[in-house]
Amino acid sequence: MKLECYPCKEGLYDPEFEHDACGVGFVAHLKGEQSHNIVAKGLELLANLEHRGAVGAEKNSGDGAGILTQMPDSFMRRVAKEASNIELPPFGEYGVGVVFVPRDPDAYSETQSIVEQCIEELGQECLGWRRVPTINNSLGESVRATEPIVKQVFVKKADDIDTDAFERKLFVIRKYAQARVTASPIRGTGYFYMPSMSHKTISYKGQLITEQLPLYFPDLGDEDYESAIALVHSRFSTNTFPSWPLAQPFRYIAHNGEINTLRGNINWMKARQSLLHSNLFTKDELDKIYPFLINEAKGSDSSVLDNVIELLTLAGRKLPHVMTMMIPEAWRDDEMSEDRRAFYEYHATFMEPWDGPASVAFTDGKVVGATLDRNGLRPSRYFLTKDDILVMASEQGALEFPAEDIVLKGRLQPGKMFLADLEEGRIIPDEELKEQMATAYPYKEWVANQKINLDDLPMNEEPWQPNDETVKQRQKCYGYTVEDLKTVITPMANDAYEATGSMGNDASLAVLSHHSINLYNYFHQLFAQVTNPPIDPIREELVMSLTSYIGSQGNLFQEVDEDRNFIKLSTPILDNRQIARLKGIDKFNFKTKSISILFDAKKEGDMKDAIERVKDEVSRAVADGYAVIILSTRGVSELLAPIPTLLATSAVHQHLIAEGTRTSCGLVIESAEPREIHHFATLIGFGANAINPFLAFETIEDMRTKKLIREDLTQDEAVSNYITAVGKGIFKIMSKMGISTIRSYTGAQIFEAVGLGEKLVEKYFKGTPSRIAGIEIDTLEKETLMCHSLAYPKDIVESNGLGVGGQYAYRQRGENHLLSPENIFLLQQATKNGSYETFKQYTKTVDSVNDDFITLRGLLDFRGLNPIPIDEVEPVEGIMKRFATGAMSYGSISKEAHETLAIAMNSIGAKSNTGEGGEDSARFGTNKNSKIKQVASGRFGVTANYLVNAEELQIKLAQGAKPGEGGQLPGHKVDEVIGATRHSTPGVGLISPPPHHDIYSIEDLKQLIHDLKNANVNARINTKLVSEVGVGTIAAGVAKAYSDVILISGFDGGTGASPQTSIKHAGLPWELGLSETHQTLVKNGLRGRITLQTDGQLRSGRDVAIATLLGAEEWGIATSALIVEGCIMMRKCHLNTCPVGIATQDKDLRAKYTGKPEHVVNFVRFLATELREVMAELGFRTINEMVGRVDKLKAREGVKHWKAKHLHLEKLLYRMYVREEDSKYKTMTQNHGIEDALDNELIKTMRDAIDNKTPIKTEIRLRNINRTVGTMLSAEMTRKYGEEGLPDDTIYIKANGTGGQSFGAFVNSGITFEIEGDANDYFGKGLCGGKLILYPPVNSTFEANETVILGNVAFYGATSGEAYIYGLAGERFCVRNSGANVVVGAVGDHGCEYMTGGRVVVLGEIGKNFGAGMSGGIAYIYDKDDNLSQRINGGMVDLDKIETIADEDEVRGMIENYVKYTGSKEGDEILENWESSKSKFIKVMPRDYKRVLQNQAEEK
Amino acid sequence: MGKITGFKDYKRKNFTLASVEERIKHYNEFTTPLTQEEMEEQGARCMDCGVPFCHSNYGCPVGNIIPQFNDQVYRGRWEDAFRTLMSTNNFPEFTGRVCPAPCETACVLGLNETAVGIKNIEYSIIEKAYKEGWMKPQPPKSRTGKSVAVVGSGPAGMAVANQLNKAGHNVTLYEKNSRIGGLVRYGIPNFKLDKQKVVQRRVDLMAKEGIKFVTDANIGVDISIAELQKDNDAVVITTGAGNPRDLPIENRDANGIHFAMEFLSQSNSRVEGESFSAKDEILATGKDVVVIGGGDTGSDCVGNSIRQGAKSVTQIELMPKSPDKRTDDMPWPTYPRVFKLSTSQAEGAELDFNVLSKSFIKDESGNVTGINCVRIEWEGRGFNEIAGTEFILKADLVLLAMGFLGPLQDDVIKELSLETDERSNIKTKGFATSVDGVFSAGDSRRGQSLVVWAIHEGRECAVEVDEFLMKRQSMLNCKSRAYCEE
Repeated sequence: MKLECYPCKEGLYDPEFEHDACGVGFVAHLKGEQSHNIVAKGLELLANLEHRGAVGAEKNSGDGAGILTQMPDSFMRRVAKEASNIELPPFGEYGVGVVFVPRDPDAYSETQSIVEQCIEELGQECLGWRRVPTINNSLGESVRATEPIVKQVFVKKADDIDTDAFERKLFVIRKYAQARVTASPIRGTGYFYMPSMSHKTISYKGQLITEQLPLYFPDLGDEDYESAIALVHSRFSTNTFPSWPLAQPFRYIAHNGEINTLRGNINWMKARQSLLHSNLFTKDELDKIYPFLINEAKGSDSSVLDNVIELLTLAGRKLPHVMTMMIPEAWRDDEMSEDRRAFYEYHATFMEPWDGPASVAFTDGKVVGATLDRNGLRPSRYFLTKDDILVMASEQGALEFPAEDIVLKGRLQPGKMFLADLEEGRIIPDEELKEQMATAYPYKEWVANQKINLDDLPMNEEPWQPNDETVKQRQKCYGYTVEDLKTVITPMANDAYEATGSMGNDASLAVLSHHSINLYNYFHQLFAQVTNPPIDPIREELVMSLTSYIGSQGNLFQEVDEDRNFIKLSTPILDNRQIARLKGIDKFNFKTKSISILFDAKKEGDMKDAIERVKDEVSRAVADGYAVIILSTRGVSELLAPIPTLLATSAVHQHLIAEGTRTSCGLVIESAEPREIHHFATLIGFGANAINPFLAFETIEDMRTKKLIREDLTQDEAVSNYITAVGKGIFKIMSKMGISTIRSYTGAQIFEAVGLGEKLVEKYFKGTPSRIAGIEIDTLEKETLMCHSLAYPKDIVESNGLGVGGQYAYRQRGENHLLSPENIFLLQQATKNGSYETFKQYTKTVDSVNDDFITLRGLLDFRGLNPIPIDEVEPVEGIMKRFATGAMSYGSISKEAHETLAIAMNSIGAKSNTGEGGEDSARFGTNKNSKIKQVASGRFGVTANYLVNAEELQIKLAQGAKPGEGGQLPGHKVDEVIGATRHSTPGVGLISPPPHHDIYSIEDLKQLIHDLKNANVNARINTKLVSEVGVGTIAAGVAKAYSDVILISGFDGGTGASPQTSIKHAGLPWELGLSETHQTLVKNGLRGRITLQTDGQLRSGRDVAIATLLGAEEWGIATSALIVEGCIMMRKCHLNTCPVGIATQDKDLRAKYTGKPEHVVNFVRFLATELREVMAELGFRTINEMVGRVDKLKAREGVKHWKAKHLHLEKLLYRMYVREEDSKYKTMTQNHGIEDALDNELIKTMRDAIDNKTPIKTEIRLRNINRTVGTMLSAEMTRKYGEEGLPDDTIYIKANGTGGQSFGAFVNSGITFEIEGDANDYFGKGLCGGKLILYPPVNSTFEANETVILGNVAFYGATSGEAYIYGLAGERFCVRNSGANVVVGAVGDHGCEYMTGGRVVVLGEIGKNFGAGMSGGIAYIYDKDDNLSQRINGGMVDLDKIETIADEDEVRGMIENYVKYTGSKEGDEILENWESSKSKFIKVMPRDYKRVLQNQAEEK
Repeated sequence: MGKITGFKDYKRKNFTLASVEERIKHYNEFTTPLTQEEMEEQGARCMDCGVPFCHSNYGCPVGNIIPQFNDQVYRGRWEDAFRTLMSTNNFPEFTGRVCPAPCETACVLGLNETAVGIKNIEYSIIEKAYKEGWMKPQPPKSRTGKSVAVVGSGPAGMAVANQLNKAGHNVTLYEKNSRIGGLVRYGIPNFKLDKQKVVQRRVDLMAKEGIKFVTDANIGVDISIAELQKDNDAVVITTGAGNPRDLPIENRDANGIHFAMEFLSQSNSRVEGESFSAKDEILATGKDVVVIGGGDTGSDCVGNSIRQGAKSVTQIELMPKSPDKRTDDMPWPTYPRVFKLSTSQAEGAELDFNVLSKSFIKDESGNVTGINCVRIEWEGRGFNEIAGTEFILKADLVLLAMGFLGPLQDDVIKELSLETDERSNIKTKGFATSVDGVFSAGDSRRGQSLVVWAIHEGRECAVEVDEFLMKRQSMLNCKSRAYCEE
């Protein structure tokens, strides 16, 4: 057996799902001057990024840190000589490999000799080894346990090759050695790893915290260690397992971000393998590279990315070119040159984007640079000093230089590249660089010659004509239900939207259903949370793309393949004419082949054989040169049944990948089966390039003739609506994972299967997590035949239509639901009458409905009974305190319903939750105050006062009903009071963005947790996650980010309005997520730091007991609490028509509300009472001793259900080993580091101001490591004065230097900060009355408004207050501002996004997509050269001029203040020439807002 | 989907009833349906609930897919609504007239508003279907060659026969009376359910679909069931719960004291043209009528008595008067025991509650003249007579409408020695009786109940019989696995 240093799969824990994010940066000398100073500065920079890294369970165990430099020639020369008496040849003729050699003696000698052999075999000379001195006494125990021996191997270049060829040889040697060692049976060789091997660069890295790096490697401190480049990286991983190799930088890059499409990218790279050939590598060399072409043993996404970049660079492209090809900017941009668009389009045909948030710093030793993904969701700032020192880092101020030394400051913009060529000695602007690349070859010509637009093709085949006769029969064959027509297809065809639903999902899981369920439904969509942000496909559509290409991709190494053609598809859904065109294509080099995916319905087991036949046929067709393969379900009959389309698609896709021919053809699906958006998403996610859902179109035709859909639409219009809806839906599904382009989504397999068997997954869906096993292909065949036999019955005895469905609404004869009419009634009766007896009847129906297996917990049973007297169990009062109600906003539910919950929970010491809509401050300090205050992406009403009035602050990263999406509160639900609570305008709709714009990564979450802790040091910080595979590792990261509580929500919960696709198909049951989280936290020794909470359709004491045994010590109830209040599951919350006055703001309907706090109290008491009974039975005296005792659970015995009987729940019930010193429930408090905050000093200084309103002015020094400045001070003051705060400027602080992240967050009225210097991200976040002034140092020399002074996402969620920024601010300025008045020099992309109130005046440039989703407030932009209006997103706003006196006074007044506070000369000029300049202002006015204001004016 | 705010925009409208003066002059139905437009508006009141309680165990026993046909009616898609309705209910023209509509008392809108007029919608759908000719004979495409005898032609028997015929079996329906329909024909008054226009219309349709009807065949008495067993592959007993509860008090043997069914069946037969000898005839004309029992059957006696020209009609009831509204012990959506004046009672009956009949009074010729009564007060499940409240109720005709105890025991049950349960109903496992190949459904199996339950029983039983005959899964619709029209 071989020991691997990487942690193995255990229980539900799987290392594959670990994430990391980081601080990244570099220091370089622009003229290429090597010095030790650069290295030292690099290390200093790294140390100052420490707060972006993480430490594990032990204080001194970091996640990884490292540095990549140029080869320090003279240093190397000296130490090689000193250590091993090696005389190095001249620079360029030797290479140095850094090697982690295993400590095990056998492995040690084995690996060294393999390396030496490889060097020899590749024709180079091994000069010898040096042991790199290391000092490990500062390392934590767990890190030391896996510490390798770090060595350097010296390789001499053979005489017959040049240095570039030598570099390639070194690369092959490294790959080959890794492959050979991996194949070695010697124990311990798993620890072997080569961080770098090059003649140009060298890396030092390890599982260290940043400041340990120079201590651990004394080499780095040697004065003759000189380099012109120092690329550094500090890692924040979601685990704490030893993984020395995953520290960064890698060989070419340091990556801050996450590749969301990794699985697909890896598959596509594998698929290309057979087509790779190069004149720079021999066939033999390529064979040596292949085993580790892209994936060195269990690498991270970053390491895979590095591998491909390295490969493509060494194969001949320049490093910036490779970066641009893999992380392209959004190129549907009118401002972009045609050459450049052609460059992107050309590369798009053979390389899909490596999609996800990414700031990548890169170097090949000659150039150094960085690039940012198209969304720009990672910060990168740079500056240049007059001494040519260039610094790039995740944040400003990480290295300090005197202001007068700075000659240039900038930020990396979305999709842009920043490159310094040290040989040329200059920074090459993005524009120049990209034009250079774009014109290096005639890409435009190539594209013109090779591209075929599908719609330009002639129609050589008759398009499919609908067959009315058989529509219903075929619908039945594919399991269509009445709901598919009514709920799914109708809104899509009518209005190009998918349906919205409410109240979550309580229907059976697919594998637990008695019905035949489409295979698609076994797959649950995954989504981004914490480690990467979901994106907004509507408001930020400019980065999204559905365009794809089919046809052979050719050789990736080759710049041009003249013989190639490709077809451009603007959407993956083909209508009948389009597929006819495709089929009839007969020119160019194209041939299409249709292959039937039917099987013999009468021959048992034929489905499996049929798949093999299909695969063979496809292989032959590809070999015969068919470039488009069409898998078709045409021809279904009594004898022929369809293979589930998804199964056939994935089987063929994976088969072609394995065969290495997938990139030689396009895979098109012609199927009657798919109709829901989720169906299309899964087909594409498992490899389909395009889909023609012809039965869906026929159904639309059929419904049109029956007048079931809008009569004013033609068939073409209805179909086009439907296709549009699918496109939007796919955007939404991609975007919730943070993916922007369909090309990278294709084959990315971003799903988790529930209930599919191991063999089925391994054979047809390889790489897809399926953790509780389940049905195999024989059962799948049975499911298919169930529908088939209904379509082709032996005899028809009575008129027999489609099934009722029952997925979306309860139906007899339909799907089983947890909430049946019977148990809704019983629950309401029990709680209303206070009858525990009735409650027991209720739980009997809920739990016996579980006999029908709706949920996974229904398949569990208690075991190991050890009854004790119930008196010995802790009292019910204590248990009741552990309950919380779910986050339901006031706005989504009525005031009455919301307050009932608060009163009820407060009366028993439990907690209610505000939800994301803020809370009326009149409730603070009363029994209506919600103890849990939620902080969601919309930040509605999140003020200092709101925050200090909480006992717990919950950060909602995702919600069960629609993880990865934001919400929308329609205007008609926003009445006066709700508008006031949310700090918005009544009648104007509100949008919550999909991500928190201050959480793009785990270190950002850490920052927000820190902010909130500062805003209320007494509150617990709770992070709400939704169950999905890998949530455990995310939770470990969240624990390391110092969250006090983690809530794992089930996918099925949720009361709000959501798209039906999301309610049904996104996320996973809490049982899986909770168990994985508990296991992972225990494994990491982090469990004792966290209170674990769960919710999602909890119904009974049994459910709560199971949750506790799986690891939760607290529980949430939401849907059932509403039922107790009188909800009867209308599922119409989104329509404002709730007939029982709960989920509505309609006055008449609210009058019908009958809920009482006592009823809710009864419910919680009953749950606790029943839980106690289980505790007594199992022998637990306290909840704490019960937490995580999975040994008291077993899989239910004697399950006969035809599908459920195949499930295996061992992993769910896996008991992770708990070390003696660790706890398995919350016992420790997190160290939030509050005592180090600058605010402690400020509070002392300002004590008199706070206590007695005495105005005080003070001056302080500021650094980037001072995070969240002003917040604790503001909180301290707010506790005393509430919303109102202090009189203006009572607390006045002048600060000099660089503001760290979240400077001035949640600063209340009466506090003013004046900063001379600059500031980082999240400046003025949640500003609520305070005043923030920022201007460059008076002695600075750069042009203020063209120089970045402020980071991204400033004034996020500000509710009031004012600010004056003299200079350029980054992306998403004033996002979700609802009331602050701000003047700024210039702003980056997405300015004023989702803004609902306040005024923003911009005196200079704006970036793209200004005003997207803006529904309130006004922005004034000074458009000096009349060229800015095209950058404004006109979706919701009108562009006007300043017309009224009131407008004029407002703008002028703000600018006057601006000039007064910042001394802006631009502002001064505008004022000087006011009459001429005022006409140059564009007034950006949201249409809704305008309408409401007009109405208000008219009413007055 | 319906209209999203329909329930707020429209008020409930009911069918109008002819005035009392007008309607007691005849035995015809006296409701006037709403117009099609009005009905469509009523359909719009449906909220398309996420959990439609109308469609739960508290609501419609046959599981009518109510939200769907409401929506279809709202959209004017009557023919689709008709197919939706027919997929779960064999005889909506019966239930649309006489069902107490538990769907409406379970309707979510009824929680705090007036419920959707589901019963009227059902009525309108099926009557429109007849009018438009959508309701036409649909004989099976092929015959299985199996034959089934159904004994008893009430709604349960009709439903079994209807379903089994669809499955292609040859069905013969045996009825001991001369007309088909059981209680639907003989019990329910013509003015509530027209015998020719409604019941016979359906019987004719079934005949055209191939069902054979044998009337005046009292199986187990005149014709042995063994004979049916011999000639058929299965036998289904749907003989109803024909054994009425008696009131064995002093002078019960007086003339002029009759079970309600005797009176009602004569009354209905008379409407259909049958006549009776003076000796057998039971008529209320010119008499002081006392109906004992406050249920629907009692009400039916009241209505017929009034139409026959009774001098007075008094209906007494042992139980107290039910409350007018739901109380806490009968919460929504359960079926509420609230007092509702029936249309017949509204036609001029005296109602009295908490009245115990102590003995009948008869004159010398043995005719009843009155009842000795006493008032009682209830205490828990028992009651006490209130001393001093004795009174005499004058009566020339007394009709006993106190419910039914179970099936008659001396016909098929006796002949086959069928096992019965503790309530004397035929004992079944599923719907199979203790004798192989013999099934039972309806009141004879479950005891006295509603027409809609009888239909439900018939449908479910048919599935079991079909599977028994064909030894494979039945393609007939039933509650557990039906497919409906979109």
